[in-house]
Amino acid sequence: MKNSTFNIVKSTGLSLLLSAGLAFATSSVFAAEPNSVDWQSTVKQAKGQSVYFHAWGGSPRINDYIGWAASQVQKRYGVTVNHVKVTDTANVVSTVVAEKAAGKDSDGKVDLIWINGENFASMKRQKLLFTPGWATNLPNWKYVDVENKPTITVDFTIPTEGLEAPWGNAKLVFFYDTARTKSVPNSMKELSAWAKKNPGRFTYPQPPNFIGSTFLKQALSELATDPAKLLKPVVEEEFAKVAQPLFDLLDELHPNMWRKARAFPKTHVAMRQLMADKELDIIFAFNPSFASSAIANNELPDSVRSFVFSKGTLGNTHFVAIPYNGASKAGALVLANFLMSPEAQAHKQNPTIWGDPTVLNVDKMNAGDRARFAKLELGVATLKPEELGPMLPEPHPSWMNRLEKEWLNRYGVNN
Amino acid sequence: MLRLAPTLAIAILIGPILFGLIATALPAFGYFPTLGGTSFSFSAFVALFERPGLLRSALLSFSSGLITTFSSLLVVVLFVAGWSGTKVFRRLQHLVSPLLSVPHAAAAFGLAFLIAPSGWIMRLLSPELTGLSRPPDVLILQDAFGLTMMGGLIVKEIPFLLLVTLSALPQSNARQYSQMATSLGYGRIAGFIHCVWPNVYRQIRLAVFAVIAYASSVVDVAIILGPDSPAPLSPRLLGWMNDPDLALRFEASAGAILQLGVTVSALVSWLALEKFFAALQRHYCQNGQRFARDKAVRQIGLISISLATTIVFAGLAILAIWSVAGFWSFPDALPDSFSLRSWARALPGLQQPLWNSVIIALMATSIAVIITLACLEQEVRSGRDGGSRAMLFVYLPLLVPQTGFVFGLQIFFLWLGLDATLFALVFVHLIFVLPYVFLSFSDPWRAFDPRFASVAHGLGSGLNRTFWHIRLPMLLRPALVAFAVGFAVSIGQYLPTVLIGAGRLPTITSEAVALSSGGDRRVIGVYAFLQMAMPFVVFLVAGLVPMLLFRNRRDLKVN
Repeated sequence: MKNSTFNIVKSTGLSLLLSAGLAFATSSVFAAEPNSVDWQSTVKQAKGQSVYFHAWGGSPRINDYIGWAASQVQKRYGVTVNHVKVTDTANVVSTVVAEKAAGKDSDGKVDLIWINGENFASMKRQKLLFTPGWATNLPNWKYVDVENKPTITVDFTIPTEGLEAPWGNAKLVFFYDTARTKSVPNSMKELSAWAKKNPGRFTYPQPPNFIGSTFLKQALSELATDPAKLLKPVVEEEFAKVAQPLFDLLDELHPNMWRKARAFPKTHVAMRQLMADKELDIIFAFNPSFASSAIANNELPDSVRSFVFSKGTLGNTHFVAIPYNGASKAGALVLANFLMSPEAQAHKQNPTIWGDPTVLNVDKMNAGDRARFAKLELGVATLKPEELGPMLPEPHPSWMNRLEKEWLNRYGVNN
Repeated sequence: MLRLAPTLAIAILIGPILFGLIATALPAFGYFPTLGGTSFSFSAFVALFERPGLLRSALLSFSSGLITTFSSLLVVVLFVAGWSGTKVFRRLQHLVSPLLSVPHAAAAFGLAFLIAPSGWIMRLLSPELTGLSRPPDVLILQDAFGLTMMGGLIVKEIPFLLLVTLSALPQSNARQYSQMATSLGYGRIAGFIHCVWPNVYRQIRLAVFAVIAYASSVVDVAIILGPDSPAPLSPRLLGWMNDPDLALRFEASAGAILQLGVTVSALVSWLALEKFFAALQRHYCQNGQRFARDKAVRQIGLISISLATTIVFAGLAILAIWSVAGFWSFPDALPDSFSLRSWARALPGLQQPLWNSVIIALMATSIAVIITLACLEQEVRSGRDGGSRAMLFVYLPLLVPQTGFVFGLQIFFLWLGLDATLFALVFVHLIFVLPYVFLSFSDPWRAFDPRFASVAHGLGSGLNRTFWHIRLPMLLRPALVAFAVGFAVSIGQYLPTVLIGAGRLPTITSEAVALSSGGDRRVIGVYAFLQMAMPFVVFLVAGLVPMLLFRNRRDLKVN
């Protein structure tokens, strides 16, 4: 009895140590490197694995979709998917980088990442990705619309080389509430003029938020005297001159923006809340059915509609990628393949679920799968594919970094 | 073996801070071999100071530390000085105490939902009083000076400072001194400040320092309410720490050292303020001014603390409403419809974080309570309490800014291969839970009448029997309260959870703050509501258990 108190302390500590050690041991069971070609053995190997899917978690609807996919993959393949909700994908890249730095070349924390653009470029450059071609060898790759969607093989001017599997397509679309706004701008210049007449009713997410940076790139793509320069890496000596029209526009726009640009929303989802609160009149997102989904979920009034600029808006594809040191590669392959299946893609495109456009070509599918897509209602506020206007190409990733840096220098500190 | 308990406690309190600080300082000065930093240099600091708005970030953190602490302490002093011993005081005290268990992030969300231009206050006033059918375009949240952020901190620090003040009052003969001062013609407030406050302040000083350290380095509240251009220092550091460009880790570490400097400067400035106010107090004490008519000041004290309390409660109410809201247009005071949809949607995703939160909090708190009991029992047996040095040890994890050493700790766990394990996370939570458990339990323990033990010994019971059958049962109520406090502290931890858990072990708090960037009020409502509900349930249980156990023991009954 005498030493009972300390004994409790000791035994608790011991059992903690033991359980931590056990968890460690079970996760490092040796496994042969899986691949997409020998699919049967990959599926077999995947059974019982836990996949940590690191994906932006700021949208409950997307989280729900991932939850649905997880339950399907669990049911069909016995793979457990854990959605690690991240605020910024750059953090995930940094996790993998840190693991490589610490010499952790297997058994990494990240099995699958939702990724594109600069993060992909950075991982590709630092050789942090699983073997090239894994994506193009997946069984469901045969449905992918490589022919009509150039952004699937070239991600922000960087060739994907099968290092990432396409998940969805994005296009910049604007939204307004017909109950409050009658005429909408048709270009960045017109948007600035509109803001002058309607002060405080427009804003953009604060760069380096992805959608905020996209807004900057959209503006520059429209205004640059030689847009071809944007498709190549930034040349530092030319940067000031090429980017000048963008910052002229922002200087003109900012005083007429929400809170006079002294504060910015953190994300485009926050802009949706601000529109519902009647603080903003024009918002935008990288998803054509953003508004329809929001209406279906009571988050926006049903008088909201979409518009694009007739000269085009930016478009791109978002992907999933597997880090070179992922612990459950077979499971990650199974999940990536499932996410690319006609069934999962059709479910994703449903505006009441998520409303994210497919990366597949419907014509390549069998009749049953085609019917899934034919059944989908676009939603009341969504533009038809032919109304979405031309697609402007994404600039080289170096532009995003450079523009974000310059933006921070100019507007990062308020007076 | 019990003899080792204090050593173990000190090791838990100091070891990680030491390791963490070293592992932060080395990269700050350029040494981090795995990242190619093999020689010492100041280049990280040079890069740090080239960041736009860095000085302003540092200044924001510095002023937040001082202004938050000064304002909340002022409110507490005015309230306690002006009202202690009255019926109003007792009633408010019971209202304020539970607020201690509300996590900072939940309180911050509540405040945001309340005072935003499209927040509940505007909705209640519009359009009838303001004439507005749309929210005004005014900057309230994210204001450049961080005033809203400080407001969010103040309403949460008031309950903390009030409770430590209340626990110091009995040792200060407050009633007698106050009565004497009153009979000499002093006003209530002046009498209290001259006779009671110096003694009280001496006892709560470390708690005040802890508030300064916390407010000057807070991350979650700054993310939710603070300015972005630029943000205060600590949230910016977190951003650099997580940047894909690993070279920024050097800068982040240098920033962590700067954060330490900022907190130390705030503490030093506070010492100067102490001197100034002490001199002021002496001056008025000596010139004999009575300040008999202090009714207005007393009212200000009462109004301020009522306001702060109301804000938190109203904030929590609005969180709950948003979590069950259908479409809710401005300026309607209530949503068009109510639905459990947000809850139903969130439920599948909630289970893991909920489970993690509870299991981590239970484990960390249980260990903390056991260690605390062992230390205190050892105190009784050896007849020595650690004195003021021990108090400093206990407060240490609360005095060193989290950003200053948790970064280093993360690297340390990575080396050990223990990062993102439950063990590591429980351990890190324990560092912050242990001080609170110790602080809230040591006072009632030490106030325990030693004659009970003497009688027990006299009747032939040994040390262990006295502990298990006399001291522990009689102190069960404060022990459970200490447990509940520790549980609440663990639930509220944000930075250690995201850094050490590395996203693998999400808790309700880390998920809620992650969701804040989305600004979806319904989901935030769900998470923040749970965040405050968990500690509340534990406090409820802590209150109910002794009530049931002691229903036949008149003198142990809950009064």
